[in-house]
Amino acid sequence: MPENTPVKRRKFQFFDFIEKPMELFIRICGWSSIIGIATIFVFIFKEAGPMVPRLDWVEFFTSSRWIPNPAPGNPASYGALALIVGTFGTTFIALIIAVPVGLGAAVYIGEFATGKVKETLKVVIELLAAIPSIVWGFIGLMVLGPLVKSIFTAAPGSAWSKIMVTLQLASADGGTTQGTNLLTGGIILALMSVPVIVSLSEDALRAVPDNFREASLALGANTWETVRRVLFPAARNGLLAACLLGMGRAIGETMAVLLATGHSNRIPEALTDPVRTMTATIAAEMGECVQGDDHYRVLFILGIVLFVITCAVNVAGDLIIKGVKKANKA
Amino acid sequence: MTSPHIEFQNVSTRYGSKDILKNVSFTVGRNEIFGIIGPANSGKTTMLKSINRTLEFIGGATRTGTITINGEDTRQMDPNALRRRIGMVFPLPVGLPMTVWENVAYAPRRMGINNKEELNEIVERCLRQSVLWDEVKDRLDLLGTRLSGGQQQRLTLARALSLSPEILCLDEFSIAIDPVTTMRIEDVLKELRKTMTIILVTNLTQQARRLADRTMFFWRGEVIELDKTDVIFSDKPADKRTFDYVNGVFG
Repeated sequence: MPENTPVKRRKFQFFDFIEKPMELFIRICGWSSIIGIATIFVFIFKEAGPMVPRLDWVEFFTSSRWIPNPAPGNPASYGALALIVGTFGTTFIALIIAVPVGLGAAVYIGEFATGKVKETLKVVIELLAAIPSIVWGFIGLMVLGPLVKSIFTAAPGSAWSKIMVTLQLASADGGTTQGTNLLTGGIILALMSVPVIVSLSEDALRAVPDNFREASLALGANTWETVRRVLFPAARNGLLAACLLGMGRAIGETMAVLLATGHSNRIPEALTDPVRTMTATIAAEMGECVQGDDHYRVLFILGIVLFVITCAVNVAGDLIIKGVKKANKA
Repeated sequence: MTSPHIEFQNVSTRYGSKDILKNVSFTVGRNEIFGIIGPANSGKTTMLKSINRTLEFIGGATRTGTITINGEDTRQMDPNALRRRIGMVFPLPVGLPMTVWENVAYAPRRMGINNKEELNEIVERCLRQSVLWDEVKDRLDLLGTRLSGGQQQRLTLARALSLSPEILCLDEFSIAIDPVTTMRIEDVLKELRKTMTIILVTNLTQQARRLADRTMFFWRGEVIELDKTDVIFSDKPADKRTFDYVNGVFG
């Protein structure tokens, strides 16, 4: 039998030369996300900065008077409450729909569907994620809007109308004349978030070792009990991350909500009242304001608010995950 | 042998085009400790998985032949009900992502037992039987996945016992457990056999020798020899390969 002799390096190798530069390059790649976010941070604060001390912050958060183009007898006013409500409202409705549907679809694809059905669903859901947001907006405007309108509109004074108004599904003053509204926007955002939630949740479920499934099923638990009691706890962090990213998509979406929500600056009183979101406001008004004036800077302040909300969502997610871990250590 | 409990009749399994079990037939008697020895990759685990029909989860796996329990074809049974009658411990310890208490109470709760007292009794009994109770009795709310490997393996055993199954299949149950604890568990197994039939797959031939009433030597998907443990481990087993394997001069 041949002896084990130490292996000697025979020649100088290419990687000897490029190891250092390669390490530097990889280091830059790693830090680039931080550089990117820092740049964005600096930029929006620089643009918004001069307005920060001058803005009436109380008005900004408590009033809905958004008058960026002052006219005689109608002074400029930047009350963003309705916009904030609009953003949270559409996101909330989107999540109420998208989280159960998304998780359900992920469980179905991951644990129940097999063969062709599974492959088809995965492809279709990826396709769903690839639809441009403007197309979603268009669908909201032209297809879903009229549908919502026809369902929720009723002759004033009729029984249907009374039910609608009582349940705050439609407002009494004809909020249903628009098909584009809070509900339509929320549904469109839900449809846009679902693919994100499904594919990430499915990844999280697939990452659970098969041993767990086998152990549970070998004890006579059925598939649903296994999903509910074993897979969900095991994949909890991934599932939460999926929902948060879906939420991020809904908060940040601009084009679709611009078309599908009605873009009306007011606090909705019913589910089918038109609303306006912060993102849509920035998109719609950035082109018509003068660079450097108050209006321009207030739009950047809206950007900061969005930034803070997204950061808060992410931090909250982290804390929830950590809290869960801590509780388990006890 | 006592009256037949589990019967394999001409059972063959394939993974895709690969034959695993080749026309296997044997009978396990009631309340018997049935040892199975044989080299790795002979199909021992596949055999256990075909008893409780978890083989069906493996893509491309097919099985022919009949496996009966108390004379009843397992194919005719509800798979979940079947699995509740069979406790199964696989070599890799699996602590489910829940507390130690919940791990053991998992299967009984799925059966609809919700009385806390009753569940506590089951948990304590099973953890004592798997010789884990003394180590975890003060921290039953610890996550099962945070136990050490050997502890998780005993947790798996406790879980398998939680429904008081009529059949207990142990597949290398002691590979992560220290010898002293292993001996204690072996003593428990000798007690448990009064109420259940135990199939013991092991690479430790001496473990089969200590525990099993009858031992089967299994190689490349075929039963080479099945006889009383004394005969298998004697100087004169029927097949020379058995003698070679048991005495470590195999291959």
